Amino acid sequence: MISRITGILLRHLYLYQRSLVRWMELFFWPLMNLLLWGFLTYYLRNIEMPIAINYLIGAMILWDILYRSQQGITLSLTEEFWSKNIINIFITPIRTYELVIALCIIGFLKAFMTMGFLILISWYLYQFNLFDLGFSLAPFIGNLILFGWSIGMMTMSLVLRYGNAADAFIWGIPFLIQPISAVFYPVDVLPPFLKFCAYALPSTYIFEGMRTVLNEGVFNISLVYLSFCMNLLYLSAGAFYFSWMLRRVREKGLLSKTSIE
Amino acid sequence: MLKQIVEVKDISKYFGTVAAVDHISFTVWPGEVLGLLGPNGAGKTTTIQLLLGLTTLTHGQIEILGMDIKTKRNEILQRVNFSSAYISLPSNLTVYENLVVFAKLYGIRHYRNKIMELLEFFDLLHILNSRTGMLSTGQMTRLNLTKSFINDPEIIFLDEPTASLDPEVASRVREKLKKIQIEKNVSMIYTSHNMNEVELMCNRVLFIANGKNVLEGTPKEIKEKSGSLEDVFISIARATNFQINNCKDERL
Ligand SMILES: Nc1ncnc2c1ncn2[C@@H]1O[C@H](COP(=O)(O)OP(=O)(O)OP(=O)(O)O)[C@@H](O)[C@H]1O
Ligand SMILES: [Mg+2]
Repeated sequence: MISRITGILLRHLYLYQRSLVRWMELFFWPLMNLLLWGFLTYYLRNIEMPIAINYLIGAMILWDILYRSQQGITLSLTEEFWSKNIINIFITPIRTYELVIALCIIGFLKAFMTMGFLILISWYLYQFNLFDLGFSLAPFIGNLILFGWSIGMMTMSLVLRYGNAADAFIWGIPFLIQPISAVFYPVDVLPPFLKFCAYALPSTYIFEGMRTVLNEGVFNISLVYLSFCMNLLYLSAGAFYFSWMLRRVREKGLLSKTSIE
Repeated sequence: MLKQIVEVKDISKYFGTVAAVDHISFTVWPGEVLGLLGPNGAGKTTTIQLLLGLTTLTHGQIEILGMDIKTKRNEILQRVNFSSAYISLPSNLTVYENLVVFAKLYGIRHYRNKIMELLEFFDLLHILNSRTGMLSTGQMTRLNLTKSFINDPEIIFLDEPTASLDPEVASRVREKLKKIQIEKNVSMIYTSHNMNEVELMCNRVLFIANGKNVLEGTPKEIKEKSGSLEDVFISIARATNFQINNCKDERL
């Protein structure tokens, strides 16, 4: 089992030995994002807005964790289609859960590297210290990575079924979640229906939680706990959906169709 | 006693109403190379996909190395391999890295020696550190084959392995394949549209058309009965087209 998981890990990690584009994906684009939100915050801070505005930078960094985690696993599978390698992988004795574990580790590594980098830069440029979140930081990050995995599994299933035609979902779904999940503003500003949707997403509790910690210094552990329980639900749903899709794809003989011919 | 490597019992695969494979049965014995022949769309690729468990059966049973593909897929996959001109390896990894990945996926312990040995056999040692995307078609074919020998498989499925190679390169690939097949006594199921190649590679051939078994025998037997393999192929393909056209006419 370990060997097969390492196999998939190596397949993706080898790429970082020399690909500038891949390092850019981890550092450059997130940096651009951080600069945008950072300077905006900086500006708003100087015109004597409440210090609460600080959370924009935090929100941006935390959002990126969720995003990298989702992209990490979905893109890794998509790459096998692009390189016509998917059959080679699926005829090895790797089990579905081993493949999913390996891809989740990739998602985690990507999220973790980008996060570390953004924390450093935001501290240096804007004196924003994500560690101000204190003990809440670890459970916040953990939950976001978990939610990233669940969405990743769902988008990955669509890739399996629809091949490259699922591109729009891979890139689009996170940005569907972003406005509802109250990343950059409190849930309160949302209309009632969207409020309901927001509370159905585990990530909402994390972004709300972050704002309370930064504004009021209060850490509400029960929200984190709630988010975690929802995550377990979403993760099982994602895993179930993936294995269901894999079965359907086998019935329809699509593994070969999307890549062989 | 000789025990069969592959035992295919009355398998069918329907895609909606299309019968891609329609009640096919055959056996592969140890060390045997079985040619799977037939016109475009006959069901060769689908049969191989079924043998690898990439596609699920509608009907019938497949036993490989004495195990049922439905229940023991992973155990079977550990001991078989597959290659085709239509699949590839990640172009942004080097030749060596790609092979390490698959050595890991098959749980090979001392993989460095194994990889070097196979690369040497397939004349790829000098491009060990080249990016896979830079390889010529001939080199890529040999790399695909190297990958498919990495787990010392007892049977290999080859779906048109030499498609799109020039005749000289194709002949070198065949020589290598024949040599390693005999050395390791590995069984093969081989599809190809090149009848000379089939004669050189295969101990026995199975013609299928419209998803059905139509003819089986050694190349020698078939030639004695009905002229060259090429002639047999053409008459089977024409008969199939004739049938298909007739069906269409009836529906009109
Ligand atoms: N996933 C699929 N969904 C629907 N129909 C399919 C699928 N895969 C194959 N078919 C159909 O099944 C039949 C057999 O196809 P298959 O690819 O097995 O033929 P083949 O013998 O390999 O042909 P070729 O010589 O062209 O490679 C064809 O009619 C094909 O259109
Ligand atoms: Mg085919």
